[in-house]
Amino acid sequence: MSAALQQDPRDRGGPAQPLLIVENLTKHFPVRGGLLNRQVATVQAVDEVSFSVRKGETLGIVGESGCGKSTTARLLMRLMNPDAGSVVFDGDPVGEKRGISVSDMRRQMQMVFQDSYTSLNPRMTMAESIAYAPRMHGLGRKEAYDRAENLLSRVGLNPRQYARRYPHELSGGQRQRVNIARALALEPRLVILDEAVAALDKSVEAQVLNLLSDLKESLNLTYLFISHDLNVVEYMSDRVMVMYLGRVVEAGPVESIYRHPRHPYTRALFASKPTLDPDRRTTEMPLTGDPPNPINPPSGCRFRTRCAFAQPRCAETLPLLAAPFDGDADPSHVVACHIPEAQAAVAVHHA
Amino acid sequence: MSFTTMDVERPTLTAAPMLDAPAAPTPGYWKSVGQRLLHDKVTMAVTLVLFGILFITLGAPLVTHADPYQGSVLARLKPIGTPGHWLGTDETGRDLWTRLCYGGRLSLLAAILPVTISLFVGGFLGILAGYAGGWLNTLIMRTMDVFYAFPSILLAIAICGLLGNGLSNSIIALAVVFIPPMVRVAETVTTQSRNLDFVEAARASGTTTLQIIRYHVLANVLGPILVYATSLISVSIILSAGLSFLGLGVTPPQAEWGLMLNSLRQAIYAQPYVAALPGLMIFLTSMCFNLMSDGFRSAMDVRLNK
Repeated sequence: MSAALQQDPRDRGGPAQPLLIVENLTKHFPVRGGLLNRQVATVQAVDEVSFSVRKGETLGIVGESGCGKSTTARLLMRLMNPDAGSVVFDGDPVGEKRGISVSDMRRQMQMVFQDSYTSLNPRMTMAESIAYAPRMHGLGRKEAYDRAENLLSRVGLNPRQYARRYPHELSGGQRQRVNIARALALEPRLVILDEAVAALDKSVEAQVLNLLSDLKESLNLTYLFISHDLNVVEYMSDRVMVMYLGRVVEAGPVESIYRHPRHPYTRALFASKPTLDPDRRTTEMPLTGDPPNPINPPSGCRFRTRCAFAQPRCAETLPLLAAPFDGDADPSHVVACHIPEAQAAVAVHHA
Repeated sequence: MSFTTMDVERPTLTAAPMLDAPAAPTPGYWKSVGQRLLHDKVTMAVTLVLFGILFITLGAPLVTHADPYQGSVLARLKPIGTPGHWLGTDETGRDLWTRLCYGGRLSLLAAILPVTISLFVGGFLGILAGYAGGWLNTLIMRTMDVFYAFPSILLAIAICGLLGNGLSNSIIALAVVFIPPMVRVAETVTTQSRNLDFVEAARASGTTTLQIIRYHVLANVLGPILVYATSLISVSIILSAGLSFLGLGVTPPQAEWGLMLNSLRQAIYAQPYVAALPGLMIFLTSMCFNLMSDGFRSAMDVRLNK
């Protein structure tokens, strides 16, 4: 794998250089109102999010709706501008003088959206949609369409059958395959999959996930896999990052997080996961209620209002990501929680 | 791993497990719009009527040999069916069929030209406001709101009154009246398509704003704008006829349907059928444009494709 990576002429930092380093990424949306349209509040959609993605791995991002997963993806693609923070792509800071420009970054980083129907232009055929970006970047018409047909067959759609179809003539799974093909048309190195399989039914979802795994292997891709579905994230990811109200609460290797979650929120999330395996049935109480309003998040630890272990110091200081207290975790496993009992999940008595 | 059991349906990468027979080629977008129009009987019928009207107006010398300005005192206000004047004559004895044919030229010009001007100006401003957003949107849209404050016919009369009467001034007045609604329609559809995922995807692919507007926004915006423009023509015919009826547009003795309606007004008791004929032409043309725009709208809707 690493030998194959080094063959990529665009690889600048070598296998040890993470493909993506994100530091303190922050996006606050102003809420305007009143007579003079003044800013009355701030939604802290993404707050000081830091992580890195190694070459060739899949980083899963999980969390409830509204926790900032999709905003993070849009910030990375620069579909919206971050308020603060830096993004380093393969050693080059994005959008800075000594780094690479946003448009150069976009040629190496592509995104697949959740809604397979609205993310395709209804007036373009499948081949046109896939060939659009390469053509605009200067590839000849014939070459671009050849590439589109090649990509269609790569994602399991016969080009003779589907190249000249319109989006409404295809099923959801077929459209999502086309979206994947379009994302691959610029030969990116990193693909952000923003709830890419969430809208598909289970059997189609499994096919698309297997397709994604195969493509990753054959094209040396790196994935940022965003989903609310814990089973899917476990299946796809090498490492997992758990987000709550715009902040990262826990991150680490997938086995370590799934086998021994330290943050009470992560455990509550897993408790809500349906499982058919009686040995894996959890006794943790699932979360109730909605997450607090992100316009006015709780002070200190944002999870404390729903946490069974909350103590006064949780309201006073914001917990930062650090190694768990019990010490026997994987060294890259980090958790943002002050309370050792909460990380160990002792003292809980369920009804 | 709960998904390993589903590997049975794993698709292979190179050979697609799909049907091998080549599909019937799907025609291009505008081609399929044309095909759907050909199957729409109402739209085809009104389009034929409009072509007929266009023929008798532009080709007036071919369908009538009379002079539209030459009247006869002896032949004043003849009824429909008079030999030599099959649609009768007007109050100065001019052949009405000839007047209707020649009058259509100015009526159609005074109706279509303002809409064309507003299509370009309003469409451009609307797409700009919709795609740019922010302060530019506010500036353009609030300026248009000022024009919206006046009823359209009053605004047209006011501008005509300001500029003085005449054909070109009535065209300018109507263009000004039609620009705000055109901007609003263009802005609405552009704002909608700007926020669609496929435009976001195009932005994410690193292509330039102009390329995105050309390939993704324009194609989806042009249809609704053109349909709206066609429906505006029907309003424009009535408004421009109204302006000349009030004496603000075309001046006598030129032939124009609205003006003819005005001058035949006095003869409404003597020859009601003859007096109603210019109005009938206005109604027919206006209705045909309206029905045609309906037909265009449904033909352009990809999702209605069966």
